[in-house]
Amino acid sequence: MKRAKPSFGKLLIYLMLTLLSATIVIAFWHLLNLSLSPSYIATKGGLLLYPKDATLDNYARVIDNRYIWMGYKNTLIRTVIGTVLQLFFTSMGAYVLSKRFFPHRTFWTLFIVFTMFFSGGLIPSYLVVKNLGLLNTYASMILPGFISAYNLVIMRNYFQSLPEEIEESCLIDGAGRLRIFLQFVLPLSKPILATVALWLVVGHWNSWFDVLIYISDDTKFTLQIVLRRIIITGSKEILDTSAAANAAEMDSVVSSEGLKAACIYVTTLPILCAYPFVQKFFVKGIMIGSLKG
Amino acid sequence: MTVSGARTSRQQSALRRFAYGFTGYKKHLALTLMFLPVVVYFIIFKYVPMAGIVIAFKNYKISQGIFGSAWVGLDNFTKAFSTPTFARSVKNTLAISGLKLLFGFPAPIILALMLNEVTHARFKKTVQTISYLPHFLSWVVLAGMFQQLLSPNNGAVNAVLRDVFGLQESIYFLGSNKYFRGTLIVTDIWKNVGWSSILYLATISGIDPALYEAATVDGATRWQCTRYITIPSLVSTIVVMLILSIGSIMDAGFDQVFNLYNSAVYQTGDIIDTYVYRYGLGDMKYSLATAVGLFKNVIAFVLVVGTNLIARRLSGEGIW
Repeated sequence: MKRAKPSFGKLLIYLMLTLLSATIVIAFWHLLNLSLSPSYIATKGGLLLYPKDATLDNYARVIDNRYIWMGYKNTLIRTVIGTVLQLFFTSMGAYVLSKRFFPHRTFWTLFIVFTMFFSGGLIPSYLVVKNLGLLNTYASMILPGFISAYNLVIMRNYFQSLPEEIEESCLIDGAGRLRIFLQFVLPLSKPILATVALWLVVGHWNSWFDVLIYISDDTKFTLQIVLRRIIITGSKEILDTSAAANAAEMDSVVSSEGLKAACIYVTTLPILCAYPFVQKFFVKGIMIGSLKG
Repeated sequence: MTVSGARTSRQQSALRRFAYGFTGYKKHLALTLMFLPVVVYFIIFKYVPMAGIVIAFKNYKISQGIFGSAWVGLDNFTKAFSTPTFARSVKNTLAISGLKLLFGFPAPIILALMLNEVTHARFKKTVQTISYLPHFLSWVVLAGMFQQLLSPNNGAVNAVLRDVFGLQESIYFLGSNKYFRGTLIVTDIWKNVGWSSILYLATISGIDPALYEAATVDGATRWQCTRYITIPSLVSTIVVMLILSIGSIMDAGFDQVFNLYNSAVYQTGDIIDTYVYRYGLGDMKYSLATAVGLFKNVIAFVLVVGTNLIARRLSGEGIW
């Protein structure tokens, strides 16, 4: 057998894939070095390929900031409460719709799926939340997107593949539908529950628009909004609450570039840490979604 | 005679099934109660806002409420349609979506084909892991990153362009109308290309290996295998994805544009969604913004449903 010689095409493919990966890795690496840089390097700028005169001053300043911690607290609250409640009610609804004998099942499926294609739009949705008195509450971060039609349909498809016979024998034994759902269906559905739970967690963690429009009380700001304030609107006051600190901003220790980079890392750290371990579940999840959809 | 008889019996059975439904709720009371929260949610947070669309045809004033505000017919629409900013937002939406379709759509297909050629499992896995990562970060985080990287003063990209490629002047990627759309397209691809390639990779992995073996025995090169086996096997997936992305052409990417744009690039970057946000929630022109939102949603609805029907007919699978 002939040994395959590395062809030009193959080399080109490896080169291009390396380039794509490099743009991503270098972007994060540069940002990390920026966050570790003292002011004189950060303001000078350029591509930072290694940490020079590395300092943790930027991180010290960010970690000192109460808004960051409040943001963490609020993000955790919405993520945990939202994910648990949404997962429970979505799967319960999906379970009901998976029963072929449920009355008007086609109508109810359409009732839900229709909302994927048409919505009232930004203003009417905002007015509903406002008129319900939900502005500035955690509920406004959880309720408006409480049940995703897409997740519900995917879960319904999964439940439909479970054997109905066992459920029937449970029914004969006197178990109610709710008990069957909790004790039999949910434990059998761990893969789909894990997949949807991961989607919900990432969704809540990254969600920012609802907080932007529904929340004006800054003690309820989530991480994304704190970050948005700092890096996009460039609100200095959220990082430096006192005039003295504002003056300190000009000193040689920290720079706005370095601070922003540190902020990005502090807020994104949980995702970056969890990512390598959960990545494969997401990849599996995308296949569940497209299977038989 | 027999035909009409059959029809009435079919109608009767449909009627019977419909009527059965209402006793069915009682019969399956536990299931009905378990389903109730879902119905309540969809009514309050999905269907009530749809009813709220009426304010597009009214002059909505908070003090008068939705019902008390005066009807104005199509005034809000004519008012919106006659402003140059609205026309600009429609133009930008279509331009940005169109460019994303043109460049962003083929990108993951090419990536999947390239990954398929990689024989080193370790290398392939690494590229996949790295390229999926940006998908999990919000546009707030990525906008923060790009602001730093693309800064004309001390950004890394401009530094590389200057020091490595000898560019004389800094490029205002996010601040000039000349470059803003291009920046949107490239950053969008950067974020999503890896993730979007998963579907194509999965389709490729489903191809029968015997096809490749037979082709190799017949002396086909790698490129010929790709050209005559892999790509033809991908066509149905590509067609479905293409049709679906045409269906969402009214969405130019609110999260991305909203976090990256600024008033200097409204000319090329202000899309319908950002327009609705600024006029609606910024200037509190609720009725006008609702009208513009409705205009967009109706077109999007027709496009999505239409393209879905086509996709279903072509491949037997839509998105639901």
